[in-house]
Amino acid sequence: MTGLSELISRAGGVFLLPVAMALVAFILIGAPSSWLTLTVAGLSMGMMIFLMASGLSLVFGLMDVLNFGHSAFISFGAFVAASVLAALGGWLGADSVLLNLLALICALAAALAFGLAGGWFFERVIVKPVYSDHLRQILITMGALIVAEQIILASWGGSPLNVPRPAFLEGSLLIGDASVDLYRLFAFALGALVYVGLHLLLNRTRIGLLIRAGVENREMVEALGFKVDRLFIGVFMVGSALAALGGAMWAGYETLITPSLGAELMVVVFIVVIIGGLGSIQGTLLGAIMVGLADNYVGFLAPKLALASTMILMMLILLWRPSGLAPAVK
Amino acid sequence: MTLLSLQNMQTKIEQYSVLHDVTLDVPEGGVFVLLGRNGAGKTTTLRSIMGLWKPNPGSVRFRGEDITGLHPSDIAKHGIAFVPENMGIFGGLTVAENMVLATANGKFDQTRLERIYDLFPALKKFWDKQAGTLSGGQKQMLAVSRAIIEPRELILIDEPTKGLAPAIVNAMAEAFREISEHTTILLVEQNFEFARSLGRDMAVIDDGRVVHRGTMTDFVADKALQDRLLSLSMFEEEAK
Amino acid sequence: MKGTLTVKTASLLIWAVLLFAPFLFQDVRSLEVAARIAVFIALVASYDLLIGYTGIVSFAHTMFFGFGAYGAAISLKHIGAGWGALGLGALAGVVVSLVVAVLIGMLSLRVKAIFFAMITLAAASVVLVLAQQLSGLTGGEDGITYKTPAIFKTATKLMVDDDGKVIRLLGVKLNGKLAAYYFVFVTAALMFWMMLRITGSPLGTVLKAIRENEARAEGIGYKVVAYRTAVFCIAAVTASLAGSVYAVWLKYTGPDTALSFAIMIDILLMVVIGGMGTMWGAVIGASALVLAQYYLRDLMEAAAGAVAAVPVLPELLTPERWLLWLGIIFILLVYFFPSGIAGTIINKGDAK
Repeated sequence: MTGLSELISRAGGVFLLPVAMALVAFILIGAPSSWLTLTVAGLSMGMMIFLMASGLSLVFGLMDVLNFGHSAFISFGAFVAASVLAALGGWLGADSVLLNLLALICALAAALAFGLAGGWFFERVIVKPVYSDHLRQILITMGALIVAEQIILASWGGSPLNVPRPAFLEGSLLIGDASVDLYRLFAFALGALVYVGLHLLLNRTRIGLLIRAGVENREMVEALGFKVDRLFIGVFMVGSALAALGGAMWAGYETLITPSLGAELMVVVFIVVIIGGLGSIQGTLLGAIMVGLADNYVGFLAPKLALASTMILMMLILLWRPSGLAPAVK
Repeated sequence: MTLLSLQNMQTKIEQYSVLHDVTLDVPEGGVFVLLGRNGAGKTTTLRSIMGLWKPNPGSVRFRGEDITGLHPSDIAKHGIAFVPENMGIFGGLTVAENMVLATANGKFDQTRLERIYDLFPALKKFWDKQAGTLSGGQKQMLAVSRAIIEPRELILIDEPTKGLAPAIVNAMAEAFREISEHTTILLVEQNFEFARSLGRDMAVIDDGRVVHRGTMTDFVADKALQDRLLSLSMFEEEAK
Repeated sequence: MKGTLTVKTASLLIWAVLLFAPFLFQDVRSLEVAARIAVFIALVASYDLLIGYTGIVSFAHTMFFGFGAYGAAISLKHIGAGWGALGLGALAGVVVSLVVAVLIGMLSLRVKAIFFAMITLAAASVVLVLAQQLSGLTGGEDGITYKTPAIFKTATKLMVDDDGKVIRLLGVKLNGKLAAYYFVFVTAALMFWMMLRITGSPLGTVLKAIRENEARAEGIGYKVVAYRTAVFCIAAVTASLAGSVYAVWLKYTGPDTALSFAIMIDILLMVVIGGMGTMWGAVIGASALVLAQYYLRDLMEAAAGAVAAVPVLPELLTPERWLLWLGIIFILLVYFFPSGIAGTIINKGDAK
């Protein structure tokens, strides 16, 4: 028994869970082609959710600040990107992949820029006055979420908005019998890219070292001569920008978005962060992938249980590990 | 010459007043020991000096400069290092990363690093290990090393021998003696034996006030004073 | 004590107005407003027991409210419009609420307050989605309409004169609608009174000790997790009962009236506006917000019409944007008056 558990922990420990899920699903689903389609869908969904959740997790880890208004950035990212895409409709439909790509890059960049600016404003005006007061923090960020949602409603109206996709990402790839959506592959690749970037930033740079140390013990980092506040606003801005990027990607994935998008995704984001454990990028990725896979597999096997399945997953994991699968060391 | 001077320092934590009136001069050089019962306010004194809690009213002067209420990072830049009671090790980081973090610009001064290796040879062995997996003694060595990797003028150390094996305590005493030749140490300690072997000057805090100041030699000689100022438990511990 | 006296007087005055509401305001809409205020006072008071007295932030209060409402609704629909069915439905709601509250409490009250907030939010969202999807049981998005016990029918005559016509007292028909209102009033008042009793009891003192200093309370020997779970259960049961009562009044239960996140936001706003940690604040907060909901929209509509010529302003002043303004008011309140109306009055008055 100890031999087995040691073997598992050497092979990756809790990070094997998604693999185990995929294997179980393979047996339950039976058809390899459907399984492949679903797995790719799950992974790409997981990556998009990872984008949305990573900032929340880091911000919490570093400053003990939980931003309930985080989902506003997801919504804003989606709507800003959708508007830019709509404005550049000509480029999107053009035959040139270059123009397509340019339009997409513009849209994603706009979402990122909005997230950075919004994050700065949010941190300075909304969050800063209530550092270290959890109750008021939760209330105020919740209030900010209400206001942000109303601003979206006022700016874009309440009716669903169509999101055009760049032509080169339309359609799907056939692998054997399985069809894999191109957009999903792109979402997966982008998410993976961001993860690698974050990982390198956190593990290979001095700023990353400071962030990791700050997540563990903010006071000690300050006693060593660094101002964590300055670090924090940077992390907050990047986190908000990533949420906006995730929202933008999600908009293209759904192709029809409503202002309640952020609030709906927020629940998933919370579940991911709880499953993964707060404060660590690896944990967030793990949680996101598991939720993405579970949602797609269960959505195929028992459609009505999709959302409940992630909830059940969360409960089981909390019973097993009350602080999540791979939280930052505190 | 006075290095650090505390004037009528009062510190409240939430609504509870912990320090009522701490006035203390720490001279430059050697080890200054702060004694006192549990809960007397020793840790709070160190944290108030470091800026982790804000004394109000009262002042902290370092080389004559008022550093009261500054951000901890600015106080650190004045040349003050802090080794907290829980050691403040970043368990998820490697020993090397812990050390790099304590340098001003991410680069090691090789001569200082060699000196640290001489003081704590074990550190070299564990250089790439995750700090969270170290033993208590090794963590304490890391914490102290972190405090001296950059030139400092004053190191605040909170109960470094707590829970350590006797052999490690001896090694630690040796290291402190060596460090104190270049750097002043303000040491909070419950282990009287350890404190006695190191301290030149000392003070006793009780109920948030400095109740005694003097030299260690005088204090050790005066049994009655010890009995009055320190709880008996300290001597029981010593007897063990 | 002057401030406390002011707040108590104001709250009792509100209760008095609610008591005589059918006679004071003889129109259908005002009675709706009065009944909603009464139910929300009970709901907000039970929420304040959590957030104000224990320092627990839960986003699942509407979920429990919904359990009670749906319990009563489903039972009244399928078993019949009797008191037995109502009692059974309310009981079912309470049982489900208790089970879920214990589960959530044991799972997450051990860990950080923030975890709890997130988990309750997640749970509430899942329940909302389930209610929308399991349309066979819950009626889905459309909800359920049903009949309530006969005495609450508008056509029911409580007292008749010699001609068999319903008697009017001070111009108010003594019919089933009146009975339904007083059913709501009495049950809500009872629940509020219970909450008051709890906060005044030794339990309330322990809760305050835990809120002030958790580690210390633990050190003294209080089982903090057990107390928190107990309070969470009490609040859940009360919310569930309030849900059943409101279901009786509305004769309709759907996601919008019983489970939506908008109700949770309402409760939060009421607690904060009224004042966290004072039961009397719940009365003030609930009244203020329900009145605002019903009448502020009218006012905004008028204002939007008045500034129709100015650009942008009408867009911001349309009644649909009222949540925007409430949100801003909410944020400002939490910043500048974290103790709410009641708390601020108490602090100011008592300081003198």
